[in-house]
Amino acid sequence: MLRTLTLTLSMTLAAATATALPALAQDGPLKIELTDGVSEPMAITLPAFHGDAEVAGRIRDVVAADLTGTGLFREIPRDAQVARPGSFGEAIAYEDWRAVDAQALVSAEVTQSGDAISVKFRLFDVYAGQAQGDRMQFDARASDWRRAAHKIADQIYARLTGEQPYFDSRVAFVQETGPKDARIKRIGVMDYDGQNILWMTDSSSLVLAPQFSRDGRRLVYTSFDSGFPQIRVMEVATVASRALTQDTNSMAFSPRFSPDGRSIVFSREQGGNTDIWLMDAASGAQRPLVQSPAIDTAPSFSPDGQRIVFESDRSGNPQLYIVGVNGGEPTRISFGDGRYGSPAWSPKGDLIAFTKQVGDRFHIATMRTDGSAEKTLTESFLDESPTWAPNGRVVMFTRVTPGGNGQPRLHSVDITGRNMRPLSLDFAASDPSWGPLMP
Amino acid sequence: MIAWKKPAAAALLLALAACAQPAPPVTQPAVIDPYASAGGGALYQGDLAGGTLGTEATAQYFNDTVGNTVLFAANQTTLTAEARGILARQAQWLNTHANFNAVVQGHAEETGTREYNLALGARRASAVQEYLIAQGVGSDRVRTLSFGKERPREVCSDEACYAKNRRAVTVVSPAGAGS
Repeated sequence: MLRTLTLTLSMTLAAATATALPALAQDGPLKIELTDGVSEPMAITLPAFHGDAEVAGRIRDVVAADLTGTGLFREIPRDAQVARPGSFGEAIAYEDWRAVDAQALVSAEVTQSGDAISVKFRLFDVYAGQAQGDRMQFDARASDWRRAAHKIADQIYARLTGEQPYFDSRVAFVQETGPKDARIKRIGVMDYDGQNILWMTDSSSLVLAPQFSRDGRRLVYTSFDSGFPQIRVMEVATVASRALTQDTNSMAFSPRFSPDGRSIVFSREQGGNTDIWLMDAASGAQRPLVQSPAIDTAPSFSPDGQRIVFESDRSGNPQLYIVGVNGGEPTRISFGDGRYGSPAWSPKGDLIAFTKQVGDRFHIATMRTDGSAEKTLTESFLDESPTWAPNGRVVMFTRVTPGGNGQPRLHSVDITGRNMRPLSLDFAASDPSWGPLMP
Repeated sequence: MIAWKKPAAAALLLALAACAQPAPPVTQPAVIDPYASAGGGALYQGDLAGGTLGTEATAQYFNDTVGNTVLFAANQTTLTAEARGILARQAQWLNTHANFNAVVQGHAEETGTREYNLALGARRASAVQEYLIAQGVGSDRVRTLSFGKERPREVCSDEACYAKNRRAVTVVSPAGAGS
């Protein structure tokens, strides 16, 4: 179902123009400092890409949408753009671009041959008057033109922020249709920007909270297809799925993979009490990890696979706790007012995102793994289920509107709390799981 | 719960009557469905071995007259006095109608995370199960299940609706009906 991509990547060193002009505006390379402070978006210009006009235009627009969608870049209005160079290799007229206050310039050429496209691009620091980074070329099948565009945007983002990129990635989610008291749900997988949707389950049974394995090849999720909540695992490429739990006297739900994909941590209910268990993903063998008379649920692995953060109401209301993968006494890390839930450990390891309910308002928030530096990112009637972009800079989550016609929508927000935006989807959706950056 | 409709006999006769060709030889007596009422729409409730066909021996009677739902306070799983009254009647009915089994479905209001609400609903269902067992219902006759916040009864986002959604619903069905 999912194609194997042959995005090859060949790098060619920048030409001698790199030393043609002295740096004017700064000493080091052009860079956006990602801080909590308010920062001006960097002015970037993407003159019409050279080559095959139709596909070149589409790729240019996706690159521009990726970059401006971060809130870190603003595109120089196209009517303010000066004449582009006559060809991909031609020298850049830096003075002209400085006149319209462009800081960064992207030049690219797209050639199409049958079912293959090839995209060459370069990034220039306008004020320094030099190329920034190497010239690169991406070869892909024509049908994968969006991935080629995301790869270019990833390169630009990485060079200008110093951070790992995230545009060439996919998100698993649950589509919701039908009335609120008889919701129909099915799992889909899409590009991070809501495009290229693939449906992974039909609508015949209730499904909840798919979670990607770190390699993006499997999904683990909760399904009511037996009439009873159980955990299933699916191969994304073939859509083949199988039940991992089948005990009809014991509910199993909220599963997540370990970083190495060998284990699954999940909630298991017995006699009304819910605890945290670990399961071998291959054999299905289970062992308890956290057992208490309280509700222990919503576990999430640290990226090194050594610890697990989860939600427990053992103190009287739900709070966040961390336990080692070999068990032991959990350590409470949240102490603020309100109810804490659905924690998700950042792939960078530094932060935990979670849902926080204070009074009748919900928030997505983050804290360090020791519970310090709690930071509230959002507020609404109902926000929940945060998931991390593969670079740990952006959180996607579910926002539900109130009332009988209330609907869930996917939103994303930067970890600084800026750039809150709904995902562009023409249907209701919940429970996002952001997969890895694709190779 | 599965409610079988059995219009098969009537449909067969209608089909035969409508057939222009001579009917094939009838090798067996026509089936008379004992549960088919005048309108043909009666619910087949399984073979009520050892029971009666009185109106009390139906899931509908249980739902409407005994009361299949108990409510909980916000974030609570303890049974109120009112809930215990309803459950006492449920237990009495289940003890009388030993051919029925029950699945207790726990639910939670929409505020709260999906995972916590699944666990909360399980606790509510379990509280009901334990009460029914304590009232003499065989433990092998009562199972539990949680829908968390996935299946609200009322859809508004106010306490008036939340109060009705924090519930445990006892669903009865004849033993062997596949529940």
